[in-house]
Amino acid sequence: MSIVNPSFIEEMSRFTEFNAYACINCGSCTALCPMGIDLLPRRMFRHVMLGLEDKVLENTENIFSCLLCKMCEENCPKDVPIVDNIKSIRWYINREIFKLGRN
Amino acid sequence: MAVPIKHILGILVDNLSIRGSVLPLSKSRSTGWAKGLDIPMGGKTVIYTGHMYQLIPSITAMEKMTSKFANSWISKYYGIGRMVNKVINISRFMTWTNANERAKFDGMLRNIALLLKTAEVDFGYLYGEELYTGTLVYDEGINDVFEYHAHKVYERIKKHNVERVITVDPHTTDMLKSVYPKIIKDYQLEVKSYLEVLAESNLKPLKTLEQDIVIHDSCVYARYEGIIDQPRQLLENAGAKIIEPINSRKMTYCCGGPVESLFPIKARTVADSRVEQLTSAGDSSVTMCPICYINLKAAAENNGLSVKDISDYLVEAYCDRNNSV
Repeated sequence: MSIVNPSFIEEMSRFTEFNAYACINCGSCTALCPMGIDLLPRRMFRHVMLGLEDKVLENTENIFSCLLCKMCEENCPKDVPIVDNIKSIRWYINREIFKLGRN
Repeated sequence: MAVPIKHILGILVDNLSIRGSVLPLSKSRSTGWAKGLDIPMGGKTVIYTGHMYQLIPSITAMEKMTSKFANSWISKYYGIGRMVNKVINISRFMTWTNANERAKFDGMLRNIALLLKTAEVDFGYLYGEELYTGTLVYDEGINDVFEYHAHKVYERIKKHNVERVITVDPHTTDMLKSVYPKIIKDYQLEVKSYLEVLAESNLKPLKTLEQDIVIHDSCVYARYEGIIDQPRQLLENAGAKIIEPINSRKMTYCCGGPVESLFPIKARTVADSRVEQLTSAGDSSVTMCPICYINLKAAAENNGLSVKDISDYLVEAYCDRNNSV
């Protein structure tokens, strides 16, 4: 059972843009990931868009395991800004959960 | 036991906010490489190290420590460590480095300076005024700390009336060339990697590199910045035969380095895979990023693959080592 937070994506995009609407869930990204993280990025982006905050937070280690190497982004047929999206999720966790930042 | 991501990132953030760098690096350590090279202070064009080569020995030491504690009871105490680190710089003890390691990376920076001098590029250096660009904090998504630091770095560079910077590694190149302009209003700085500068120069080889070299492209140079042909051109002009591994150019494969601070064991697995690809292509490989260099070098330790920084090859081909800079 997951709890849906309808304003999750708005909160996520409050300071940085989160944009994964063009994703067609083709799986090129996960097939090419050197870390073999099958959850990132497409399923994780879906969790964000559906407001499944708890699913996102359960996977904090995977989110910080991304190499930001852009192998996925280079081969994304829909040009989703994958690395920027990952960094937006990190920024949300850093700010809201870890309380890291200037304030 | 879960990796204490929050506390490790917290220590890096505190260090950047309090001490100006994610890991301890004294001014004598960050500028020591330039000793005796007679590079003028400041100028319209400066070499900008961004401290990446100088920080590698500290990052390696930190990674060893994180790796040792990854699954131990000690990881529970990172939170206390972070609190103490705000007052006493304990990360200095966690990142104890040896002189040979430091000399190796300083040597790479000296190579780059010698290459630029040989290409008759007129450049200065900001010495102790130069700051780390904040790459690690940017990558980990600690945006407000990064943005504050980036403005400080830019103000410092402009205080010295610098108009052009020559960067020495892919991460600093990407920060100053592509990331800073997005967050700093009216950003005015021309940024080029030394590989671009050398490729555009009339540098002529003094010695032929009669060698097959397997090239490892940095993800950041290749996919972020499109710097792909320049290192090949410089090595081929010197007579080297470039061997392309399974993943190369825009399809290059990561060295694992970006996650070494948090997950050294995962980083090593990625580095092992890449070393396997490079080894199946040849015996001698070349890197162009200090992070790639240290990760692949460690993974290649027992398999016989030679890993060298591109500056080592280029200085051998293009420079008269008897001529000091």
